[in-house]
Amino acid sequence: MKKYIDTGKIDTRSGFGAGLLEAGKQDSRVLALTADLKGSLKMDAFAKEFPERFIQCGIAEANMVGVAAGLALTGKIPFCGSFAEFVSGRVYDQIRQEVGYGHTNVKLASSHAGVTLGEDGATHQTMEDVALMRAIPGMVVINPCDYNQTKNATIAAAKYEGPVYLRFGRPSWPNFTGADEPFEIGKAYVMNEGTDVTVVASGHMVWESLQAAEALEAEGISAEVINLATIKPLDEATLTASAAKTRCVVVAEEHNSAGGIGELVAGVLAASCPVPMEFINGRDRWGQSGTPKELLAAYGLDAAHIAEAVRKAVGRK
Amino acid sequence: MANIEKLTEIASQVRRDIVRMVGAAGSGHPGGSVGSADIMTALFFEVMKQDPRTWTRSAKGQDAFILSAGHLAPVYYSVLARAGYFPKEELGTLRKFGSRMQGHPSTEAGLPGIFQPSGSLGQGLSAAAGIALGKKLDGTSERAYVLCGDGESEEGQIWEAAMFAVHHKLGNLVAMTDWNGQQIDGPTTTITAIEALDAKWTAFGWNVIIADGHDFTSILSAFDQAKTNIATERPTMILFKTEMGHGIDFMAGTHKWHGKAPKPEEVEAALAQLKETLGDY
Repeated sequence: MKKYIDTGKIDTRSGFGAGLLEAGKQDSRVLALTADLKGSLKMDAFAKEFPERFIQCGIAEANMVGVAAGLALTGKIPFCGSFAEFVSGRVYDQIRQEVGYGHTNVKLASSHAGVTLGEDGATHQTMEDVALMRAIPGMVVINPCDYNQTKNATIAAAKYEGPVYLRFGRPSWPNFTGADEPFEIGKAYVMNEGTDVTVVASGHMVWESLQAAEALEAEGISAEVINLATIKPLDEATLTASAAKTRCVVVAEEHNSAGGIGELVAGVLAASCPVPMEFINGRDRWGQSGTPKELLAAYGLDAAHIAEAVRKAVGRK
Repeated sequence: MANIEKLTEIASQVRRDIVRMVGAAGSGHPGGSVGSADIMTALFFEVMKQDPRTWTRSAKGQDAFILSAGHLAPVYYSVLARAGYFPKEELGTLRKFGSRMQGHPSTEAGLPGIFQPSGSLGQGLSAAAGIALGKKLDGTSERAYVLCGDGESEEGQIWEAAMFAVHHKLGNLVAMTDWNGQQIDGPTTTITAIEALDAKWTAFGWNVIIADGHDFTSILSAFDQAKTNIATERPTMILFKTEMGHGIDFMAGTHKWHGKAPKPEEVEAALAQLKETLGDY
């Protein structure tokens, strides 16, 4: 199988910060808005380079989303940055009316998603945001897998005309995709080809899935790993073709079972190519304080659990 | 004086439109629409820099307007039609299947003149602040206008936007409150402590003007003052004292007509009190 090398651990939110700066250099319409989380969202470099295009909104996320919609009407490309929970669940109705229904060119930059947020605990560890944002007609939902891809996805989001929810995280994480690979919205990336099972993953779970695939190779199981970096619109053709080849599928996500990519992929394959499936997700539980590593293991979201799910899925063929 | 006569005539026709539209739809919000008819008429026929022929949602070269209290859609649609944004005959489609005049303002439906959808309350002031900030960043002097309800101001987001607009020095933002003292469940004083709006907005750092929302001299003078306030680099809130259902005796001054359509005989009774000045749709 294709080997991926970790070129140095770094948080995906820093990829967002770097991408935002680059997008800002490419297009003077790009603005950065935050609700008192400039540092956490890695917006410092952008704010330093373009002070007049950095809009501090204070701890008032609802207003931030509405302001962004108004700015978008005047031709700006506003990125609203906050923690995932505060730029999804907390402001669902504002996003629904001002960004979704109004179809304004607003980018929601959602950091610290999932249990890998770590020590802050469940109030901040949103595992429901993908479900909420997927439910909004016309919303693009992106969850890149590492620093490089988050940077490139941010640049792509700035170029795309329409609402985007861009989800990323806090922990230091392996960086393994190409630094200058242009991000294609709507494409599911086949990370390595395999013949016995398809593992579909998003965000941090892509690296875990690649680690699982390596371990499984030693057991003689050939796993195809698909990086579902764009959750919506969904690349149904790539998923169906892979399932038709491998005849069983595991879906891994750092998100609750309800409304996540497990249900999403199962829904597509039920119609196009029904095969045995297994699911790795938060299983309707709240998060808790701990290190990312502890939490991933405790919630069954690591390579070992993915490998076990693969064995189960292959056994059901 | 001529202007005031003209505005009075238009407002009478707008009230007729509202009663006929909501009556024909069989549902909707006539009370607040009728009560804000004078403000909206002044805004669209005298105050705003706008041109229906070149209108786009981007408000380039024009003033923008957000109806934050989206349930006042009937008055909004009527003034848009009467100002030439679309043929007045379309007013009869309010709330009907396939209509561009949705129950609450929609951009999805593609009605000219609608900048942003509204209906879920408390959000329009933020959107208007965003437009005002965008225009300021572009170095243009056009304004963003927004109409809120007093009941709507119970939403916390209104006050988030109030702080934001002052901090970012949005002198080109002109907000209006339709201060009629009524909301769905009763007089605002019986619901929660929203009153003392003037003290609240003053404390938040806004230019505050109190005006009679049924006297065109007072309305126009308030807007003139709001326009000059751009130099203060502070946003302006015009608190328009109004009466829900003003101009129709049985609708006036009560919350009972907030969200109830008049029956055919009530439509007739209302129309008998309102002069047809520009021709019914």
